[in-house]
Parts: sequence; structure tokens; C-alpha cells
Amino acid sequence: MSVASGALTRDTGRQLSRAGATGVLIYRNYLVYRRGWVYFLTGFLEPVFYLLSIGVGVGKLVTGFEVGGHTVPYADYVAPGMLAASAMNGAVFDTTFNVFFRLKYVKLYDQILATPRTTADVARGEISWALLRGGIYAAAFLLVMAALGMVHSWWAVLALPATLLIGFAFAGICMALTTWMRSWQDFEYITLGVMPLFLFSGTFFPVSTFPDWLRWVVECTPLYRGVVLCRELTTGEVSWASAVSVVYLVVMGLIGTRIVARRLDALLLT
Amino acid sequence: MTSLPLTARLFDYWVTVYKRTWRGTVINSFLTPLLYVLAMGVLLGGFVKADPAQLDGAGSYLQFVVPGLLAGQSMQLAFGETTYPVMGAVKWNKTYYGMLATPLRVADIALAHLSFAVVRIASSAAVFVVVMAPFGVWSSVPGAIGVFLIQLLVGLAFAAPVYAYAATLDDEGGFTVVFRLLLMPLFLFSGAFFPLGNLPPVLEWIARVTPLWQGVDLTRMAALGTWSWPAALTHLVYLGVCAAGGTWLGIRALERRLVR
Repeated sequence: MSVASGALTRDTGRQLSRAGATGVLIYRNYLVYRRGWVYFLTGFLEPVFYLLSIGVGVGKLVTGFEVGGHTVPYADYVAPGMLAASAMNGAVFDTTFNVFFRLKYVKLYDQILATPRTTADVARGEISWALLRGGIYAAAFLLVMAALGMVHSWWAVLALPATLLIGFAFAGICMALTTWMRSWQDFEYITLGVMPLFLFSGTFFPVSTFPDWLRWVVECTPLYRGVVLCRELTTGEVSWASAVSVVYLVVMGLIGTRIVARRLDALLLT
Repeated sequence: MTSLPLTARLFDYWVTVYKRTWRGTVINSFLTPLLYVLAMGVLLGGFVKADPAQLDGAGSYLQFVVPGLLAGQSMQLAFGETTYPVMGAVKWNKTYYGMLATPLRVADIALAHLSFAVVRIASSAAVFVVVMAPFGVWSSVPGAIGVFLIQLLVGLAFAAPVYAYAATLDDEGGFTVVFRLLLMPLFLFSGAFFPLGNLPPVLEWIARVTPLWQGVDLTRMAALGTWSWPAALTHLVYLGVCAAGGTWLGIRALERRLVR
């Protein structure tokens, strides 16, 4: 009798630390992706194609832009923008389409919650996985940039953690938004949000082309903060102002993670 | 029994489906291309020193990039309409099997689906052409109409072969690979964003034989009014062969899939 009641209470199961619980979900996702390594590998190509097409191809038509008082060639200007944008895209993809599929069709989280795991474990696990995957892509992209001579400072080493911050900021918020999605049609709203960010956040051209009020709006958006941060790091024009972007992204990520855990509580435990 | 009325009746099916789901397609088919025009053509284009000799005859980067973006959009819509929807009709919803249980033949099913894809491409292209008119990117009214008509051919030249491919696939994983290894490179390197002369010579030649470049160049000639007849004829024949050959392959592939 005592054995049965003991097994049924949530907190008397095999104890795992937070890190251990996160690790289990990461390992699960790894096992799934192991069979689809082609998808994992080709996911890295998209930002590289954009870099070569827009940066190098279109770059022959554009003279270059100023970063921190120095003019850099157009390709070097676009590359950190693509780095930041692909960190965003990867995080968004992992925490919207994939999470929605697991939430609605695979019922993965219901299964996980049938074990001694909590919704916070799910949130941490999925976001960590998104970051891990994004980090691998970002590292590869940075190597491509270095090979093409687009890296101008040792600060660029910090561009990798910077992309993880971007991923963290977007993963939390997007996973939270996914919990409100009703059908695949609703993903158009994600496109509606991500597309303008991708095109107008100083990724392809400086925000100085905008009227002042619009420039202010753009400077307050998360991808813009990520793009300038990455650009400051790869060109070596780091200043105290860079810290603003770091704080912005960390706060956004923390808020996102918190909302996700609450939303999963509301969806799956009530 | 003639086939055309049957195809037309089945076409009605796709229109009915679309009437219920069109809201989900507005952003991808109408808004995204216009945002690209604004970002790449207007804003980035403001930094490009326009030299018609360097830009395939275009007077500004906006004039150069708009036909490229339109042809690229037609290609992407063609992929969108003939990948997952075909997989759904064969495997997930089995709509095709339901259709086949009526007097419809495989050819009717494939032709109706392809026609619907072309209509979707046409509607997006029409909106695009009209919205772009005030930007002064079309050389003349017949030019703009030509641009629109060319999109139908470009669309079918991609829709038909992709349809044939989709009909042979067992699961949707193949689409991801095609999107990343075929669609993206075509969109980015087929002369839509920059003149092919900016590529290294070997890549330039590869780009010149891709179907999207044929479509981009044809669209650009119509948009700018810079016709070169031998080139235009080559493009037309090339795209026509893709469309006709693809359709034939598509019908065959579907026949093998549904009527073993």
C-alpha cells in the first residue's frame, strides 16, 4: 500500500537535478535528429547562401557602410547581420513549428509530465536544445566568416555567446506564443513578425535610411539589438553601449522562459 | 468522354478548399514579396549606384530587382502548391483516392491540381504587378501584361516537375532538402538580386542554365522593354519544355502511385 502511494506522488520519483532533467530532453531530441542528420546539416546552409548572394553578389554594387567610424566592405557589414538573423530564425523555427507539433500531435509534453518532470523542465529543455542547435550553426557560420576574411577582431569570439543570447531571447517568447496557437494557419502571424525583423533590423542596410521616429522604433526591437551586438563584435567596435543589447536580450529571455512555464502549467496541468 | 469538363469540375474542388483557407496564405503570397521589394529594392537600392550597363539594362536597382523578385516568388509559390498539398492528397487525407473512385481519371486529377497552382501564382502575380506600377518599374502597359503572363509559364515550369517529384515521395522529409538545396540557391543565385556577371565564371554558367534564370531574364526583358529575341525565344522554349515535360512526368508518376 505504502509502495503504491509513494510511486504516485510527483516528488518521490527518481530525483533529477534541473540540469539532469534538461539533459534528458536534449538527449531525446538528439535521438530524434540522429536519423535526420541531413536536415540538421542543411539547416546551416541557408545563412551561408544569403551571405554569398547578398553579401558578395550584391556587395559588388554597394560601396560599404560605416561601423563605429570606419567604413567596412558590404559583405563584412552583412555577415554579422546574417549571423544574428540566423540565430533568430533557428530559435523561432525550433520553438514554434517543432514545439507545436510536439504539443498538439505527438503529445510529447503530456508524456513527459506523466513522469516526475515539471513544465519548467520542459521549457528549459526545449529552449536549451534550440540554443545548442543554434550554437552549432553559429560556430560554423563564424568559421565561414573567418575563412572569407570577414572577421576583424578577436572580440568575434564573443559573437558565439552573443548568438546564444539572441536565441535565448527569441526561443522563450516564441515558445510562449506557440502555446496560444490554434492551427498551422496561425503560423502566418509568426512570419508576419519575423519577416519585417529580418529585413529591416539593420541586417542589409543601416537604419539611418529611416525617418527618425522609425529609426527609434527599430532600435528598440530585439533583432536590431542582436545585429548591432554581433556587428560590434566581429568588427571590433565594442563599447559600453554594447552592454545595453546584452541586458536587453537577457531580460527578454528570462521573461520568455517564465511565461512558457506558466503557459504549459495552464495548458497541460489544469 | 472528353477530359476537359472533368478537369474543370475538379478545379472547382481546389477553389472551394482555398475559399476556406485563403486567410492563411495572405502574408506569404502577398505581403512577404512586397516587404522584400521595400527592403531590397527601395532601401538597399538607395545605396546602389545605378549603371544600366552593369544592371542588365535597368536604370535603378529597384527596376533591376523587382522582376527578379517576382519570378522568384512565382517559383516559390509553385513549390508551395505542389509539395505538401500533393503529399496530403496522396497520403494524409487521401483526397486523390476519393476522386479516383468517381469517373475522374488520373490525368484529370493532376491537371486540375496543376491548374489551380497556376491560378494561385496568377493571383499573386497580378497583385504584385498592380502594386508595383506606381513605383515606375514597368516600361509600358503591354510590358506589365507581358510580365504577368510570363509568370504563368514560369509558375508551371516549376509546378509541374515538382509535382512529379512530390508524387513519387513516400514522406515529406524530401521537401526540406529540396527547399534548402534547390529552392534557396536558385532564389539567391539566379540573377534575381545581382547580375550574373558578379559570379565567378563557372558559377555564372551554371546559373545561366537554371530554369529560374530563364524566368528572371524573360521577366526582366518584359519589365524593362529590353527585348532580345533570340534570348527570349530560348527562354520560352526552355520553360515550355519544363512545363510540358513536367506535366507529362507528373501524370505518369501519379498513375504509378495511385493505380498500380
